[in-house]
Amino acid sequence: MAEQDKILHDLTQSDYKYGFITDIETDIIDIGLNEAVVKTIWEKKNEPDFMLDFRLDAFRKWQKMKIPDWAYLKIPPIDFQSISYYAAPVQKPKYASIDEVDPELIETFNKLGIPLEEQKHLAGVAVDVVMDSVSVKTTFKEVLAEKGIIFCSFSDALQEHPNLVRKYFGQAVPVADNFFAALNSAVFSDGSFCYIPKGVRCPMELSTYFRINAANTGQFERTLIVADDDSYVSYLEGCTAPMRDENQLHAAVVEIIAHDRAEVKYSTVQNWYPGDKNGIGGIYNFVTKRGVCRGVSSKISWTQVETGSAITWKYPSCILLGDNSVGEFNSVAVTNHHQQADTGSKMIHIGKNTKSRIVSKGISAGRSDNSYRGLVKIMPGATNSRNFSQCDSLLLNDTCGAHTFPYIEVGNKSSVVEHEATTSKIGEDQIFYCNQRGIDTETAVGIIINGYAREVLNKLPMEFAVEAQKLLQISLEGSVG
Amino acid sequence: MSVLTEKTDVSLKYTAHFNEAREKLFANSSEILNSKRNKAFQNFVLQGIPTRKNENYKYTNLHSAFANEYTFVHEKQKTEADIAEIFRCNVPDLNTQLTLLYNGWFYDKNNLAGKLPEGVILESLEKATSKYADIIDQHYAALADTSADAMVALNTAYAKDGYFLYIPKNVAIEKPIQIVNLLKSDTDTFSTQRNLVIVEEGAEVQLILCDHTLDSNRYINNLVTEVFVGENAKLDYYTIQNQHNKAVSVNSVFVRQQANSTFISHTVSLHGGLIRNNLKVTIDGENAQANLFGMAFLDRKQHIDNFTKVEHAKPHCQSNQVYKYVLDNQSTGAFSGQIHVARDAQKTNAFQRNNNLLLTDSATMQTKPQLIIDADDVKCSHGATVGQIDEQALFYLRARGIPEDKARLMMMNAFAHEVVQEIKVEALRERIDELIEKRLNGEVARCHECEYNCEC
Amino acid sequence: MLTIKNLYVSVEGQEILKGINLEIKPGEIHAIMGPNGSGKSTLANVLAGRHEYEVTAGEITYNGEDLFEKSPEDRAREGIFLSFQYPVEIPGVPMVNFLKTAVNEHRKHRGEKELTAGEFLKLMREKMDMVDLHPQLTNRSVNEGFSGGEKKKNEIFQMALLEPKLAILDETDSGLDIDALKTVAHGVNALKSPETSTIVVTHYQRLLDYIVPDYVHILYNGKIVKTAGKELAFELEEKGYDWIKKENEK
Repeated sequence: MAEQDKILHDLTQSDYKYGFITDIETDIIDIGLNEAVVKTIWEKKNEPDFMLDFRLDAFRKWQKMKIPDWAYLKIPPIDFQSISYYAAPVQKPKYASIDEVDPELIETFNKLGIPLEEQKHLAGVAVDVVMDSVSVKTTFKEVLAEKGIIFCSFSDALQEHPNLVRKYFGQAVPVADNFFAALNSAVFSDGSFCYIPKGVRCPMELSTYFRINAANTGQFERTLIVADDDSYVSYLEGCTAPMRDENQLHAAVVEIIAHDRAEVKYSTVQNWYPGDKNGIGGIYNFVTKRGVCRGVSSKISWTQVETGSAITWKYPSCILLGDNSVGEFNSVAVTNHHQQADTGSKMIHIGKNTKSRIVSKGISAGRSDNSYRGLVKIMPGATNSRNFSQCDSLLLNDTCGAHTFPYIEVGNKSSVVEHEATTSKIGEDQIFYCNQRGIDTETAVGIIINGYAREVLNKLPMEFAVEAQKLLQISLEGSVG
Repeated sequence: MSVLTEKTDVSLKYTAHFNEAREKLFANSSEILNSKRNKAFQNFVLQGIPTRKNENYKYTNLHSAFANEYTFVHEKQKTEADIAEIFRCNVPDLNTQLTLLYNGWFYDKNNLAGKLPEGVILESLEKATSKYADIIDQHYAALADTSADAMVALNTAYAKDGYFLYIPKNVAIEKPIQIVNLLKSDTDTFSTQRNLVIVEEGAEVQLILCDHTLDSNRYINNLVTEVFVGENAKLDYYTIQNQHNKAVSVNSVFVRQQANSTFISHTVSLHGGLIRNNLKVTIDGENAQANLFGMAFLDRKQHIDNFTKVEHAKPHCQSNQVYKYVLDNQSTGAFSGQIHVARDAQKTNAFQRNNNLLLTDSATMQTKPQLIIDADDVKCSHGATVGQIDEQALFYLRARGIPEDKARLMMMNAFAHEVVQEIKVEALRERIDELIEKRLNGEVARCHECEYNCEC
Repeated sequence: MLTIKNLYVSVEGQEILKGINLEIKPGEIHAIMGPNGSGKSTLANVLAGRHEYEVTAGEITYNGEDLFEKSPEDRAREGIFLSFQYPVEIPGVPMVNFLKTAVNEHRKHRGEKELTAGEFLKLMREKMDMVDLHPQLTNRSVNEGFSGGEKKKNEIFQMALLEPKLAILDETDSGLDIDALKTVAHGVNALKSPETSTIVVTHYQRLLDYIVPDYVHILYNGKIVKTAGKELAFELEEKGYDWIKKENEK
């Protein structure tokens, strides 16, 4: 037993491997937030006029709002005036080819293992990279354009497709939806935009990598995905940040709109810097993700592997408006050391015969707290609707916590909602069985945890799934007991 | 009207009333009860009548009921007739030690002399505070925290009477004790009842608590009961709620269990306008067990909210919760159940289940099961379902020649029976079974033998 | 190969084994029989290194080395294999992944090259035929959804893959019908060689019709009370355990 503890202890001491800082020239504005700053961001981005109204509206509403306190999180006071709201790698307006990209930047992305350029041709992944809030490179743009797919930075989308953006922007997440969404709406600097036209199946995975680099900055990116009738797209998102002793704020908004029979898969591997083993530093991750299944028989599925961040506050949700539409949420959330996560999903059933499914696997270690929070709401008109939720928690020692807070509201008789939750630890007999077959305890714990999370990991696209498995193991190093 | 002004207005009424009634409240009351009044009142003022913005009252709106005008019962009322005559408990073969309360006050004509084992006390709380000052002082307001719930604060501010039950060490009472609270008045009435139950080490008792409304006036009944279960003690705690549609019951029960004790609660809500049951059990000793069962049958615009919390403070304990609801017409049901396993409460087994049947498209069920787990070597789970009767099972019955409506009824009965069968007092179990069957048949159970042809 | 001297073992403060002595040489098959609760499974688990079993006295040497110095996984890698009485289920972990990891850990320990996925699958298919295990079972999670017989066959299949020097079969016959029993015994016999030894822990004699022991030991109340050749098993079958009980209570 003592040996097991030791292995677990050693495992927890592992380092965050993405904690390097890139030495790159950055355009950064002074810290602080007021209307002038909002305007400065708008000017720097050279955005259309309607965006200024949108941003100022959001800012004014945000000023009247309070930071939400209902989650099972201890959120230290955040001084919103000590953050710089815009930081961008200094760059030429456009890269004509990969050679013009700052070699430091290329090196950064190589370290991150991000598929830029030719090698990625093989993988067939189109990538947009957002560093310190600004999109630095979008690959495969031309290939996609042939199919009529628009996949570009949010800034480019505002320049090139302002009407399209305007039509959908803020539809899933209104300006004043919540404190962090309002803040994002006021100051967001970039992100990705994606439009899949009618009847088009996007031939490759679309992917965005987010990276916070500069110190004392917040990252506020915005993603908008629109899938028109009968289209399909699978979208991946990955995030990392350097190790710094101070906390950094990340408040993103992701909106998805799915029209008739369209399907959108959104996968996230979130590995922001979680802070060190004493709870110093780390990203505060407050994210609003929401999809609207607007059309009949449309489908939106969220899959997330959350291993990073000091604090995670995130509830990817589906509004099932169209009849027969389907929402899915699959999540693995790992917390170690002093990390805190309050994450889950909302499924709002409005259309008839709508279906949703929630699978949440929480793994807690160290002195962390890991909570599932979810809402399943069946409106009276959403007849014959179904939901199934399964929320499991695995505790790896006696100093961490695992909590489950589901809310279920059902308003008609023909719908069926089922929720199940269990809490368990890794069985000593399971570890011994592996030991008896020659597998050491550390490996055994890794195997068992990956088995526990398999149902969710299987939902990830192949390249991501392998990465996610490794990440799970790394995140829990030194934690298992 | 915005929620804020609504809250202020309604709460203000109760605040103003306390000030007006201050003299009456403090008069003829013991120092023990009086000493908690002012602080409780302050806590009420700070919190106000809970709105739905309060997470603990998210699914129950007390405001519209509390906005009505009520007469308060701050003094013992003279009863013209012998209510023991008016009321007869109609559970066939239920042999209990019957005791009555009248609008929350212990009824003078209860004659218990010589009927209870030696040392057992069943008495008016008001009277007991002078006779057994030490023991009541030790326990009164020890569990019911006035800063955590405005309704508990309001009760503690207004509390004057209720019952005091004391079972001494190693005394096992065979015959169940039945305590019936009757609500009867000339006007709409707000009653406050405060109870204290102490089951000492090794003692055993079955307690059956019933609520009945005897006329068609509006009622709010705000009850708080504190229950202490000693080491190796065993308490079966049955609550049968059978009030009319204009009655509001806020029933808060706080339980603390010592090592090796067993606490079993059954909350059977057969009828009522608005019922809110708060049941908090703290398991404060090892190898103790708590079983919480509940069932609720709702129709028309009735609303029932069971709010439970089981606090596992010590290792090696078990808890089970099973709550079942059947909702008809426009009724609304809510269930919030929380299991908290404290950091060192290892080897805890805690389970919770809430199953609900909706019979119409206008009924609504809201359920919020919660697990807060801070220890790793535990087995905890919860499950919640909302749905209809299993169509396959229904078809199976029909295929055997049973007509659909009868088959449906059988299925609903079977649904409820899982909870009913846990009732250990046989006569009560049979009675409840019968009442449920009538209830599900559409014969409103409480009115079946009620002589007061109220339209409720 | 294995020497047990004066072994005392307690579980949760209760003394189960009370002075066991046993010597096993390469190539030998030893049957350990005894009534329920005599300590048979305890002995099997102690050999595999389960930490709930507290060794209060005595020593065990395996190939000349102190066994207690070794972790469970090292014992496994050095050739001790326990066929569990109740194999545990590990949800979500596919058999294939589990076995590949186990085989490669053994190979690493012996300084051999790890097998690639292709090589491993080939090896797995070979061994699978030996115990008549349905190939689809390897796609399931470890022991999950296996019938009682499948679980036991799966244990023997793993034994075939890992090629142990000392195999301990803990009540491998319990819950098996006669056909499954034959299959399992066939597997065990096929894996037998002059260098490997086997300990068969069983309650009944019937398995010993198929796996013929060199020695039979009767364990009763934590001690080996009788040791003889295979004929002892028949005697036991005939007279029942009461005979032993009576003899030892005199």
